[in-house]
Amino acid sequence: MTTTPDKTVEKTDLVIVTIDGVQVSVPKDTLVIRAAEQVGVQVPRFCDHPLLAPVGACRQCLVDVPDAGNGRGFPKPQASCTLPVAEGMVVSTQVSSPVADKAQQGVMELLLINHPLDCPVCDKGGECPLQNQAMSNGRGESRFSDDRNRGVKRTFPKPINLSPMVLLDRERCIVCQRCTRFADEIAGDPFIALVERGVQQQIGIAEDAPFLSYFSGNVIQICPVGALTSEQYRFRSRPFDLVSTPGIAEHDACGSAIRVDHRRGAVLRRQAGDDPAVNEEWISDKDRFAFAYAQADDRLSYPQVRDDDGSLRPASWPEAFTVAARGLAAAREAGGVGVLTGGRLTVEDAYAYGKFARTSLGTNDIDFRARPLSAEETDFLASNVVLTGPGAGGVTYGDLESAATVVLVGLEAEDEAAAVFLRLRKSVRAGGTEVVSLAPFTTRGLAKLAARLVPTAPGDEAAALRALAGELDASSVLLVGERMAVVPGALSAAAEVAASTGARLAWVPRRAGDRGAIEAGCLPTLLPGGRPVADAGARIDVATAWGVEALPESPGRDADGIVAALVAGTLGGLLVGGVDPDDTADPAAARAAIDAAGFVVALDLRRTEVTDRADVVFPVAPTTDKSGSFVNWEGRVRSWEAALRNPASLPELRALAGIADELAQLGQGRPLGFRTVDEVRAEMAQLGPWDGARVELPATRVESAATQQREGGNSTVRLATWKQLLDNGSLQDGDKYLKSTARTPVALVTPDAYDRYGPTVTLTGDRGSMTLPAEICDDLVDGVVWVPANSVGDGVLADLASPGTTVTIAGAEGVHG
Amino acid sequence: MTDMLTPVLTDIWDAEQSWKLATYVDQGGYAALDVAFAMDPDDIITAVKDSGLRGRGGAGFPTGMKWSFIPQDNPKPKYLVVNADESEPGTCKDIPLMMGNPHVLVEGVIISSYAIRANKAFIYIRGEVVHVIRRVQAAVEEAYAAGHLGKDIHGSGYDLDVVVHAGAGAYICGEETALLEGLEGRRGQPRLRPPFPAVAGLYASPTVINNVESIASVPAIVKNGAAWFGAMGTEKSKGHGIFSLSGHVQKPGQYEAPLGITLRELLDLAGGVREGHQLKFWTPGGSSTPLFTDAHLDVPLDFEGVAGAGSMLGTRALQIFDDSVCVVRAVLRWTEFYQHESCGKCTPCREGTWWLTQALTRLENGQGSEADLDQLIDQCDNILGRAFCALGDGATSPVTSSIQYFRDEYLTHLSNGGCPFDPARSTAWAGTEVSA
Repeated sequence: MTTTPDKTVEKTDLVIVTIDGVQVSVPKDTLVIRAAEQVGVQVPRFCDHPLLAPVGACRQCLVDVPDAGNGRGFPKPQASCTLPVAEGMVVSTQVSSPVADKAQQGVMELLLINHPLDCPVCDKGGECPLQNQAMSNGRGESRFSDDRNRGVKRTFPKPINLSPMVLLDRERCIVCQRCTRFADEIAGDPFIALVERGVQQQIGIAEDAPFLSYFSGNVIQICPVGALTSEQYRFRSRPFDLVSTPGIAEHDACGSAIRVDHRRGAVLRRQAGDDPAVNEEWISDKDRFAFAYAQADDRLSYPQVRDDDGSLRPASWPEAFTVAARGLAAAREAGGVGVLTGGRLTVEDAYAYGKFARTSLGTNDIDFRARPLSAEETDFLASNVVLTGPGAGGVTYGDLESAATVVLVGLEAEDEAAAVFLRLRKSVRAGGTEVVSLAPFTTRGLAKLAARLVPTAPGDEAAALRALAGELDASSVLLVGERMAVVPGALSAAAEVAASTGARLAWVPRRAGDRGAIEAGCLPTLLPGGRPVADAGARIDVATAWGVEALPESPGRDADGIVAALVAGTLGGLLVGGVDPDDTADPAAARAAIDAAGFVVALDLRRTEVTDRADVVFPVAPTTDKSGSFVNWEGRVRSWEAALRNPASLPELRALAGIADELAQLGQGRPLGFRTVDEVRAEMAQLGPWDGARVELPATRVESAATQQREGGNSTVRLATWKQLLDNGSLQDGDKYLKSTARTPVALVTPDAYDRYGPTVTLTGDRGSMTLPAEICDDLVDGVVWVPANSVGDGVLADLASPGTTVTIAGAEGVHG
Repeated sequence: MTDMLTPVLTDIWDAEQSWKLATYVDQGGYAALDVAFAMDPDDIITAVKDSGLRGRGGAGFPTGMKWSFIPQDNPKPKYLVVNADESEPGTCKDIPLMMGNPHVLVEGVIISSYAIRANKAFIYIRGEVVHVIRRVQAAVEEAYAAGHLGKDIHGSGYDLDVVVHAGAGAYICGEETALLEGLEGRRGQPRLRPPFPAVAGLYASPTVINNVESIASVPAIVKNGAAWFGAMGTEKSKGHGIFSLSGHVQKPGQYEAPLGITLRELLDLAGGVREGHQLKFWTPGGSSTPLFTDAHLDVPLDFEGVAGAGSMLGTRALQIFDDSVCVVRAVLRWTEFYQHESCGKCTPCREGTWWLTQALTRLENGQGSEADLDQLIDQCDNILGRAFCALGDGATSPVTSSIQYFRDEYLTHLSNGGCPFDPARSTAWAGTEVSA
């Protein structure tokens, strides 16, 4: 049963209606079925969904309307899901009207004549709107198929695959059209549709066009019967054996509410949570289906230390703490320790890293960015991002709906911020919002947003944005993606254009922990709460709260600086968590840095090449095993409590606290002063945000002159790339069905390039070559090629070149013709 | 006796090549066009209103009033759509009309479009009747060639294009909003109303949808005046209409007469019921209208008269069944039709027709008990008025009315252990030796 979420309704244009004798005033145009909810009457329904357009197909919600507000009644029962209220309207639901009650019972009986009685083996059994409402608003026994009438049900061969992930049992379907309407209205992927007619009417796909949508899992959740199931969950569990715990999706920076359903310590499935302010009731398939990684065979479950023979061996926690502390103390003596935290930390763990770096390691050499970055970005995050949020002038999901123009700069919302994409689409469909994108071509996502493309080669974004400034005003929103870090001048241009036009600006990173890490002090220039390292008052503020005499004064090295210093031998050690070298700006350099480091402590969920190279390894808890918070792109704090109890699975902050204790014993720093998430939350709350002056963004820098640099050679192209929603990311490991729904990796080329080099192309950059099928992209900017960043091999950064640089293109040998 | 007939649309059917433009023009065709162009469009709407013409597709909504609902301040284009998706069992008037006199439809389309300020009109013809589609296409081509269609028609400055569209074989597309869906290239299922087609119809633009016969009646009204038309028929059901007699009558066919004529009179014209048989039951307006029996021979066949007797005038498709016919079997056949044609959108029609078919099949086979009749009535009650569109309602009409009038015959099936009738006796070749 889906009921209307509690939304704050503008109290304008109220009309008064009487429902079952109770007067209620509701906003004009409210549907009777929702108005009835206001007086506590739940009219049974199937096709109705508050986020989908009314359709009136199932007829389950029939009510009697003795007075339509004009003194005259409707002669026959009306579908309350399609009927708007009118002043003075009188409605009698099943509660007070025998006619409505009989109509509902009649429809329910009809719905059940062709519905199989396989509830005991149906995945939906126990949480099924049809089952539940058949009990509340149906007859006890069938007259269609009883002793006297042996009715023959319509059957279908079962089940059929709508996609590699979504299965359809047609005989269970009551053709309410929720799934097809979702696919059309919300996701914009209308690859499922009604076919055939009468009782043969069913949901179908076109030949060779499966339901490949990044949002396909939502149709399973909103299906009011058990017709749609996932390969992942089908026949795995019964709803009443599951424990549900609210959570927050860890796959992107959207902060989508989810529900984690688990049984005996294992997650069986995830559902979308209901949060009207954030993701409404939808999540991406990655948020829904990608959770098996946390239960993978290579999950670390005990600490390890490097043995005398050079191999990693299991160790007790106390031993590991001691070894780690000794090594880090020595490394500190040998030049210092750099801290790379990765972008997936909870804000509490990030805070622990930040405090550990400053108090136990005495350094500001800390950076959460395990991806290409720049000093300009560091400045931009301090000047324009940290401490913004709902209530503090930050752009919200709601603002996307009310904006006249939303400009996407280096952000492919469907791939990189799925909930943002859905909200933009909602806003565009409602009319009034235009999406403009500075991108090299019209992506499928942009097409679904009916977006206006400002054709922009990678590197030219700053200039393109400045050229667009004349169209922007206070009703505009700029959403800037993290990819802009490496386009010189782009972030500065965004800040300046926003300032000069009054447009509002938000930075949308990809990873769930990025924004929280900034707030918690995982930048070389920022202390927790957005306090600038360079500000003596801010340092004193934090030092006082932490009970230390002083904090390191000089701004630290950023991730690139830490890598370079390790390679150069100026840094003695590395504390690293959740970093994949292939995600970094220079994978080879990152590997070299880890190898060069005198001592490496790694904290990670699963065995990786980093943990293999570490001297001490600590296992850490996945999001299901610990409480935590992410700060989403809006700056909204999204907290959750642990779903599973796993005593051996500890958050980073606990491991860091253990190391800090040992370091304190060695005379370095002090204990962190917390061992639990709650204690960190309390400490963070006490510290609070910085109320001093915000750092100013340094004046305009040299902007990328890529356009002039473009080489004249025919066979060179500029490399555009980003990560697709579903790719080879390690958090998607363990679900082959989900993987099968990823888009096929192709190189997008201009029609000319296709004629010259297709149908298979080899791209060669300074780090290697990549051969991919070529696909024509009609509006791709000349001289540009696009490839998915992490869908083949070790990804573009490791195998090909840096985004925005020039690569050569050639027809693949031996594949031609 | 034939003075009871008022041939207007059917008048030239017996002319040589009646469907040709020349024949039509010889009989005064396309003359109404100039009368119309000399009038203000609003005056045409008023004339049609004054004539009392009501929709000939079955519902009987006043045509002129429908036209006046078109918001003329709406900047979108206006459309006229002619519903020629004649598919109801028994209904067979539009198809012979389009075969015999397609130009009267074309002329009606032009005048009607002019009245509502539409510059594009569509004739949506049932897809199965390819011969009719060809004939109307040919007529439209002739009209274009003769300057009755296209730019600046008859020098009036008025432009009109007509598209003849073939349906794809679904009864539901006779429902006007499902027709619009089909015309737009979508799946033929009825739309949610409001918005009504007059406000947001074809391509979300103001649209008038009228039956073939309604539109074809317009030229004569314009030419002869509203009073001429209003002089025919009864007080609230004015004018002439085509009455289609089929089944067990001596001379089945189309009888164009004033509304209000009775079946007794029509049967006289048609030579009576089949030789040696008695009238048993009949439909006044197609299979969706509740059955009548020989007790209703004198019911005036106008909207009020038929409604007063518990049925609907519908499309004046008078299917005559004599005493050789098993009513249970006839109703079962109709119900099978509705089951086959249910679009599937709403539960009551989709599932209800599936159930009704099975229930009636058992009864026809003599299985069950009298309680099943009450259950059948209850099922119909759960479908009638609960479905999304009128198709579901129509599916219940033959069932409830047949039980009302022929309950005993149902019971005889039960006591007899099967159908007491010999279906061969109701065939057209009954009583004759048919060699293999």
